[in-house]
Amino acid sequence: MIHALALTLGLGLSLGSVSVGAQEFTLSIRNHRFEPTEIRVPAGKRVTITVSNEDPTPEEFESSALKVEKVIAGKSKATVRVGPLQPGRYEFIGEFHADTAKGILIAE
Amino acid sequence: MLGAAVIVFREVIEAGLIIGIVLAVTRTVPRRGLWVAAGVLVASLGAGLLALFAERIADAFAGSGQELLNAAVLGIAVVMLMWHTLWMAKHGQELAASMAQLGRAVTSGRRPLAALAMVVGLAVLREGSEVVLFLYGIVAAGASTSSLFAGGMLGLAAGAAFTALTYYGLIAIPARYIFAVTSILIALLAAGMAAQAVQYLDAAGLINVLGERLWDSSSLLPQDSLLGRLLHTLIGYTDRPTELQLITYTTTLLVMVALTRIATPGRRPARAAV
Repeated sequence: MIHALALTLGLGLSLGSVSVGAQEFTLSIRNHRFEPTEIRVPAGKRVTITVSNEDPTPEEFESSALKVEKVIAGKSKATVRVGPLQPGRYEFIGEFHADTAKGILIAE
Repeated sequence: MLGAAVIVFREVIEAGLIIGIVLAVTRTVPRRGLWVAAGVLVASLGAGLLALFAERIADAFAGSGQELLNAAVLGIAVVMLMWHTLWMAKHGQELAASMAQLGRAVTSGRRPLAALAMVVGLAVLREGSEVVLFLYGIVAAGASTSSLFAGGMLGLAAGAAFTALTYYGLIAIPARYIFAVTSILIALLAAGMAAQAVQYLDAAGLINVLGERLWDSSSLLPQDSLLGRLLHTLIGYTDRPTELQLITYTTTLLVMVALTRIATPGRRPARAAV
């Protein structure tokens, strides 16, 4: 339901941009680590990433490269929207556990 | 423990800078300490509530609740800063009319303390809820809690020290320049906040235009470095600004400069038309 809503919202709002609808990707956080630690997304498009925090403690998904700063409560999911991105590598971290929660997004 | 201290410190310096600036702006106003303290206290309680309902807020508005809340909080802070500047403009004119000294009016305490207390409160609210969630995470995780918690407290103390540093740094400026300096700081603060707010609206999916990155100065000065963070709060530095962010920043700055110019005695535009 929420998924469908997000998709509808994405479709409805991206009329002004080149892409039609945001492409969706998923990430999870387990034991303060990202799974997978590397995701590939298309460059030049709006992309939606659903981050599922499976740890009981909150995490902050943060990336100044991607312009994202979002707190995700324990055992819950959050959606972040990024892009349009130029091709390249973009680092992201779980700020509350920055020593282990590290990942990279590759736009190509 | 040191890791926790660093994280908490990084979260609180933004609010710390803003508190330091507001304290300097209101340095001669009686009872300003009370107002600022009330702003911090109410917002700290609010931050606790925000943290408590973090999940519900995040789920609201098709998962964009957190972004919309951040954008709203920043937007209100910008309006408050504009109101403060406008009030100063009006006050400056009253002053000119009564041929009084600026210094005396500033001490009169009739300045819009509520607006500035609110700016302080909003900054604490935004950063505070993250600190609460982080500390809660530490407590919930159980292991070696006390040392991490001590680290968190150390980070808070360092943040408070940083606030004091900002304040004393500003009030050390000679009296005849301090009004100009704080006016510029407030204008830059507002412009930076406005640019941040539009980015949150973009992240929430409400704005879908002008999202192209203009430049990338992250190799020169990364935004997540300490200096990058300070400049981010102080002047709105962003290492990868979008077109919309730059437009918003410039527009807000122009508005603030226009308001400040009217506010500065002796530099008001000709009033022949009045």
